[in-house]
Amino acid sequence: MPTIEQLVEAVRAAVSGAVIEIIPSTPAAAQPALLVDCEHAVAVARYLKDDPTCRMDFCSCVTGVDYLAKGYIEAVYHLYSVTLKQGPIVLKVRAPRELDKCHVPSLTPVWRGCEFQEREAFDLYGIKFDDHPDLRRILMWNEFTDHPMRKDYVPPADYEWEPTPHDDVLKHTKADGGIMPPSAAVVEVKK
Amino acid sequence: MIDDGLTSELQKQGVFVVSAEWLYNWGRKSSIWPLQFGLACCAIEMIAAAAARYDLARFGAEVFRATPRQADLMIVAGTVTKKMAPQVVRLFNQMPEPKYVIAMGACAISGGPFKDGYNVLKGVDRYIPVDVHIPGCPPRPEALLHAIVTLQEKITGQHIDRTRWYDAHATTEFPIPTCGEHDLLPSSNPEVWQPPKDYADVTNAETKKPA
Repeated sequence: MPTIEQLVEAVRAAVSGAVIEIIPSTPAAAQPALLVDCEHAVAVARYLKDDPTCRMDFCSCVTGVDYLAKGYIEAVYHLYSVTLKQGPIVLKVRAPRELDKCHVPSLTPVWRGCEFQEREAFDLYGIKFDDHPDLRRILMWNEFTDHPMRKDYVPPADYEWEPTPHDDVLKHTKADGGIMPPSAAVVEVKK
Repeated sequence: MIDDGLTSELQKQGVFVVSAEWLYNWGRKSSIWPLQFGLACCAIEMIAAAAARYDLARFGAEVFRATPRQADLMIVAGTVTKKMAPQVVRLFNQMPEPKYVIAMGACAISGGPFKDGYNVLKGVDRYIPVDVHIPGCPPRPEALLHAIVTLQEKITGQHIDRTRWYDAHATTEFPIPTCGEHDLLPSSNPEVWQPPKDYADVTNAETKKPA
């Protein structure tokens, strides 16, 4: 398999105008990622799939990563080649966190197996995949309006009581005048 | 009532004298047919309990029915997600009276290790009345057998003239929660479950067991 630098050069030569950035990982993981701009993501994906030295014919994982402080969300694709027994190549596309602007191109037309995983990322992170054939929620129910894996998600306050309240549940229990165990005072002193 | 000595004497002569209630309860407790469904890893232990080694058939409870219409017992074996909860309540509504519920494992009791999850129901007893709780993660098959025996004891102690299901006005329908925008609506059925008012109630409930 070509090194990541060779790969970036080759992709830039093949897909004109593609803006590609290498995102380094920790040395232990040794898995640098390619950050591709949204306009050229599908073309880059097609290149990675069709190029005879890459042959990334299998997309094993699609997920989202929420960078709350930096204000963007990434969709991350892990690509492997079954034919050439190599990989992974980590492909990332980035979109703003705001729900109405959170659009990235769908790679389902390139890898059919992305369909359900992109639906999952849509369901849990609110990333909208343009040109996805069937973008619906897959885990939560259809009436649900939140995206629970986002960092700013607030879960429903359904702790009516908790035998050993702590952290947020302790605050919530106190605020609502809920029942407190005798040990709650001790927990507070430690903080 | 016939005293125990006379009953014993008669039995030696091959005459069995029992009350109709005893016979009725004996028949029910010896053929508790569970509804065949599992939700998580507890279901594996339930399967083990039904298989040859633990052999639920010894207690007459081996006939797992694939339809709620023929089931007497709902074993909630595993995590109930909020998406699944309406279906669990609907299935329970479809079971004919008399019907019982065993909450098997930490998840079915309280949400267990997944209690913090955004999609986990924090105890199935928020929507349906639970007769026996089995702690464990997952409980061993012996624990499920113990729960069945506990349920049998409960059935033996029930009186025909005072049962809920022969009351023409008693409701057997439990409201099915709807999927809301953020959570299930309502988040619990107050007629079945209410949070304890005082922490002392929780601790006392464990020590003050009815004799």
